[in-house]
Amino acid sequence: MNGSDTAVRIDIGSAPADPKAPSRSWRLSGDFLFHAAAVVATLLAAGALFATVAAITADSWLSIKTFGVWHFITSSAWNPVTQTFGAFPFIIGTLVSSTIAMILAVPVSFGTAVFISEIAPYWMRRPIAGAVELLAAIPSIVYGLWGLIVFAPIFAQVEPWISNTFGAIPGIGLLFQGPPMGIGMLTAGIVLAVMILPYISSIMRDVFLAVPSSLRESAYALGSTPWEVAWNIMLPYTRSAVIGGMFLGLGRALGETMAVTFVIGNSNMISSSLLMPGATIPSVLANEFTEATTPLYISSLIYLGLILIAVTLVVRLLAVLLIRRLGSREGASI
Amino acid sequence: MGAATVVGVFFLFWILWATFRLGIPGMHWSLFTKDTPPPGTDGYGLRNAFVGSLMLLGMTLLIGVPIGLMAGTWLAEYGFKSRTANTVRFINDIMLSAPSIEIGLFAYAIIVAPMGHFSGLAGSVALAVLMIPIIVRTTDEMLSLVGNDMREAAVALGAPNSSVITKVTWRAARAGILTGILIGLARISGETAPLLFTALNNQYFSTNVFRPIANIPMVIFQFALSPYTNWQQMAWAAACITVLFVFILSVLARLLVGGVQVQK
Repeated sequence: MNGSDTAVRIDIGSAPADPKAPSRSWRLSGDFLFHAAAVVATLLAAGALFATVAAITADSWLSIKTFGVWHFITSSAWNPVTQTFGAFPFIIGTLVSSTIAMILAVPVSFGTAVFISEIAPYWMRRPIAGAVELLAAIPSIVYGLWGLIVFAPIFAQVEPWISNTFGAIPGIGLLFQGPPMGIGMLTAGIVLAVMILPYISSIMRDVFLAVPSSLRESAYALGSTPWEVAWNIMLPYTRSAVIGGMFLGLGRALGETMAVTFVIGNSNMISSSLLMPGATIPSVLANEFTEATTPLYISSLIYLGLILIAVTLVVRLLAVLLIRRLGSREGASI
Repeated sequence: MGAATVVGVFFLFWILWATFRLGIPGMHWSLFTKDTPPPGTDGYGLRNAFVGSLMLLGMTLLIGVPIGLMAGTWLAEYGFKSRTANTVRFINDIMLSAPSIEIGLFAYAIIVAPMGHFSGLAGSVALAVLMIPIIVRTTDEMLSLVGNDMREAAVALGAPNSSVITKVTWRAARAGILTGILIGLARISGETAPLLFTALNNQYFSTNVFRPIANIPMVIFQFALSPYTNWQQMAWAAACITVLFVFILSVLARLLVGGVQVQK
């Protein structure tokens, strides 16, 4: 720059005072209010997690005091008349239905994710991925309606075959005895599996697509089949995120209310057969909460909710941790 | 593995086909003009449920969008990558997958129990708690995508930080933020569990949100499990409408995102 005598100075501070312009202190406080509002909103959003746990613990305190922790979890009594309550059948029901859902959904999700990321031709990928995500968009009450009115009658035709073939096997045959009602633990597990399929599958698909192509291509160059590439290369690379995705699906299955309430048959007893009806914590909450008469009854139901929250919180925490770990470690953007 | 994909897509089409097959014959104009009929009578209407659901959605938006938008803004414009901000993002991700019945119990504990009765307000609070994590996450991500040159230009012109955010950054990211709101709406449409012990249901026409109010998901729940054919028919029609509503929201959201420019 040549030495110029006329330096242009933009001097904001000494502009002639305009009586109509807002004073500087007003502008600063507008900023301050906006920042404060943003902080308050963040506290509300993040605090909701703790507030939920605190409020539910507080409202279940009556039942905790009456029944204790160990006794409530292991007792099978659920009697509003004598006012004795125990959570065991519902805990078992929740765990069994979710386990069935995971056993069915994880392999199908894995296959779908591999198909979309490896095998399908490019033009097919987005429509199929979109179709699988559409499964997640369907409201859960529609799943319940479909499960009860469309799926259960058809499944009731299939159940005699199941109890005849699998029921005859000694040992696990016990799991498949019972009248072919169409509704029950197995039906609930199947409906849940269809519901959690899109969640597990889309996480798996996202992380499979993030595997560096150099890894996959070198495997193909060595003569691997798509299955071998998926099982031996992509899965170990994305292991923690895949497990995180499974936990996400599990969390969803544990807390699902409406679909399960429609098809699980609502029996407060534990039976050894999957074809028999059962109950889960969400289903008993849905069915009995609005009819609960005494404070102890309501408090016991909320206590059930507390147990559910404790379990799903651990599952969801692990899910988020595992899914994020892959992102930070490998630099993939998830 | 192609077979696995076929299984998933098969169930999708089966559920959708059944919903439309059973729901469309039940569609009549009276669904929107008459109220829910008493059990055992021949009436046919869902007006109070649609009105109630719309009011619940409106209140949920009123509660959820400001909180979600401002929290997402804090994360993207004030918190950046600090430890606090990352902790908040972590907590938000956990809340994203919260079971809806848990949120319903929470709303019961903090609103229904102190008030002494069920109310649409409690239902809206529950739905808002479900919607907020989605809005926070999309707002955070979309605001982070806005290029810094626009912010710097605004600051160079002397704009205070709040104006930079509201007049420049929000405006640039508005398609993405709107998408987040639409996705949040789609998520809570058809959610029944949060309303089970908050808004309950109402067989009459009511616009009072401080008392139980009729809503579509609870009406579907009640009617589907009843022995009356006109009630069951209405349940399917309402389910069909809900599915259509969610799909339209999802398509809108996808169209909006398609138009978002990613700036570097």
